[in-house]
Amino acid sequence: MLSLLWLVPMLPLAGFAVLAVTAGQLPRKAVSAIAVGSVSLSAFIAILITIAYVVTAPAGAAYSQTAWQWIRVGNFAPAVALRLDALSVTMMVVVAFVSALIHVYSTGFMADDAGYSRFFAYMNLFVGSMLILVLADNLLLLYLGWEGVGLCSYLLIGFWYREPDNVRAALKAFFVTRIGDAAFAIGIFLLFTSLGTLNIPAILNGISAYPRGSALPTAVAALLLVGAIAKSAQLPLQTWLPDAMAGPTPVSALIHAATMVTAGVYLIARMHTLFLAAPAVLLAVAIIGAVTQLMASFSALTQYDLKRILAYSTISQIGYMFLALGVGAWAAAIYHFGTHAFFKAALFLGAGVVIKMLGEEHDIFKMGGLRLRQPVTFWAFLFAALTLAAVPPLTITFNSKDLILNQAFLSEGGLGLWILGLIGTFLTAAYTFRMVFVVFFGPEHGAPEKTPSRSMVVPFVILAFLGAIAGVPELLSSISGGNGFYSFLHSALPGPVRDFESAGDPWLLQLIYVATALAGIAVAYLLCERAPQYTRSIVSTSVGSLLHRWWLADWGFDWLYQKLFVGPYMVLARINRSDFVDLFYRGLALVSRVINGLLSSTVNGNVRWYVAAVAGGAVIVVGLVVVL
Amino acid sequence: MATIPVEAGFIVAGLLFLMGLLGVLVRRNVIYILLAIEIMLNAAGLAFVVAGAHWQQPDGQVMYFFVLTMAAAEVAVGLSLVLQMYHKFNTLDANLINKMRG
Repeated sequence: MLSLLWLVPMLPLAGFAVLAVTAGQLPRKAVSAIAVGSVSLSAFIAILITIAYVVTAPAGAAYSQTAWQWIRVGNFAPAVALRLDALSVTMMVVVAFVSALIHVYSTGFMADDAGYSRFFAYMNLFVGSMLILVLADNLLLLYLGWEGVGLCSYLLIGFWYREPDNVRAALKAFFVTRIGDAAFAIGIFLLFTSLGTLNIPAILNGISAYPRGSALPTAVAALLLVGAIAKSAQLPLQTWLPDAMAGPTPVSALIHAATMVTAGVYLIARMHTLFLAAPAVLLAVAIIGAVTQLMASFSALTQYDLKRILAYSTISQIGYMFLALGVGAWAAAIYHFGTHAFFKAALFLGAGVVIKMLGEEHDIFKMGGLRLRQPVTFWAFLFAALTLAAVPPLTITFNSKDLILNQAFLSEGGLGLWILGLIGTFLTAAYTFRMVFVVFFGPEHGAPEKTPSRSMVVPFVILAFLGAIAGVPELLSSISGGNGFYSFLHSALPGPVRDFESAGDPWLLQLIYVATALAGIAVAYLLCERAPQYTRSIVSTSVGSLLHRWWLADWGFDWLYQKLFVGPYMVLARINRSDFVDLFYRGLALVSRVINGLLSSTVNGNVRWYVAAVAGGAVIVVGLVVVL
Repeated sequence: MATIPVEAGFIVAGLLFLMGLLGVLVRRNVIYILLAIEIMLNAAGLAFVVAGAHWQQPDGQVMYFFVLTMAAAEVAVGLSLVLQMYHKFNTLDANLINKMRG
């Protein structure tokens, strides 16, 4: 069964190849069949492989499959090899499954779009690249997938390329992630020059020979961290993700919520031994995560574009994952990745349903009252929102975020991080339910233009449902003391094991989390549903309006970068518009042209001039002969 | 017979050649240019003869015959060209006949 592993990334890539070669000549039904079929089949095989892996784990808890030798130059010999262990099997099955559902959704969402075939070609390429990324056995192949998903992200953000704003957003995403990609590449070079291999298990083995906190692991981990924060939209490189919402909604759901943006989390988890050897960088990961989730939550509170709220929410949730990684709770981070992939994709798909229904309306204050008109959408969205806000009785997946907070609480000196995380929990509940109340409650603003098709609603409901119940196995195991998902991951990603001193502590903390989340919902209810005039009066105070504008503009990061980097760069570019390196060559051309002018002026058709020139020439030549 | 020093012969030939060259350069009438060319040819011929006399060789005079023959042929072709020129451009001014420029 495991030997079918190569089919998982290969099928979407084959789908991409067919769609790319036919270049939109196929009928829509055939395009859907190829795109959805290939990804669904891939997801099906991924599920079978996962079952096979869980039932009978291969020797060493890892299975690797070498397709061929990629390159061989001296001792640099990366293979195209896939590796399956508890980490990659989790990532693979979540990516493949969510991708398949979002592909189904896209057939409804993009039904009237002129670029139907192009869209699915990019989507298939994305799924293939993402699966290569998570299954890669060596860093070079991982980097191939990493760049592949970056390319698809760029292509899909700018999918509606006739709008200049979309193209600008696509370029911004590409440039900002490129900073991280460059750092990541340098990190890979550094690893290869010092360890002589790019094979991931070999690197993790080799790095353990270095003492903890020595130069090489710290440098490499820092470079990899820059790559991870750019890809995962963490502070200070998070500015591209909110703008990336310019792409179609399924793209936002798949790439910019569920899968690609968590590649940074995956990278750090994958290289966890390296990060353990660099405690300073690991601390930076935790701080970046905690601060990012808090700042993004504040920004999310003020946004009025439905998709931008969700974008900031994504940044914030990935911040939680980084926080977990930073305290060494790899399994908690990956667990949260899995649940987040379901519920955040569900929220995006729900947002897509609402936006499509209202005729491309993104402003939440122009929505409202959709609860009665679209009960199915409302309930599914509500459950996904409850999962995001982590409210236990109504959603079972509350524990993914709470595990992270518990780990932060237990880690040494983690109390500050824990408090930041707790404030984040409150804000998460507040912004999530602000969105729910404004969009689904309140008065209606105009009738919906059309009802969403079933191919859109069904995947959305499935994802919301799965998101809400994804915590069941973990919950059961923590009650009965058996091996849950968390310990399954823990086997592949050994981190520091921390236990509470007394059995009552987790319950106490759990109570605090629930109370915080409920308080957030209550505040949202009060300020957005019960008495919106309070919100207005808060915003109208001078401090309130200042904060509102500051948070709405994402803490002014775009402004800062515009002033710091883009502006000076544009000035330099303007100065150097006539490329000063070219001066020499243009001088050369100028001299040739002057000589040419001089010479062609002698060709004046006047015979007597010619005679004079011949005579003068003869005199010079004869004179030279005589003198010399 | 008093011999003329060879230098004097060459100086006369050189002066004649210079005169011819100046004529070619200065005159604008094509006929005069042809005349000046004849003078230059004769200057060259004179130089041959003087050199032949100086070294007691007949080759100088033989060369002069060749030059003479060539000059006759040149004049025949040149004059017919001048006639054609006059038919075509209605002028013999070399400066105005510069249509072959470039």
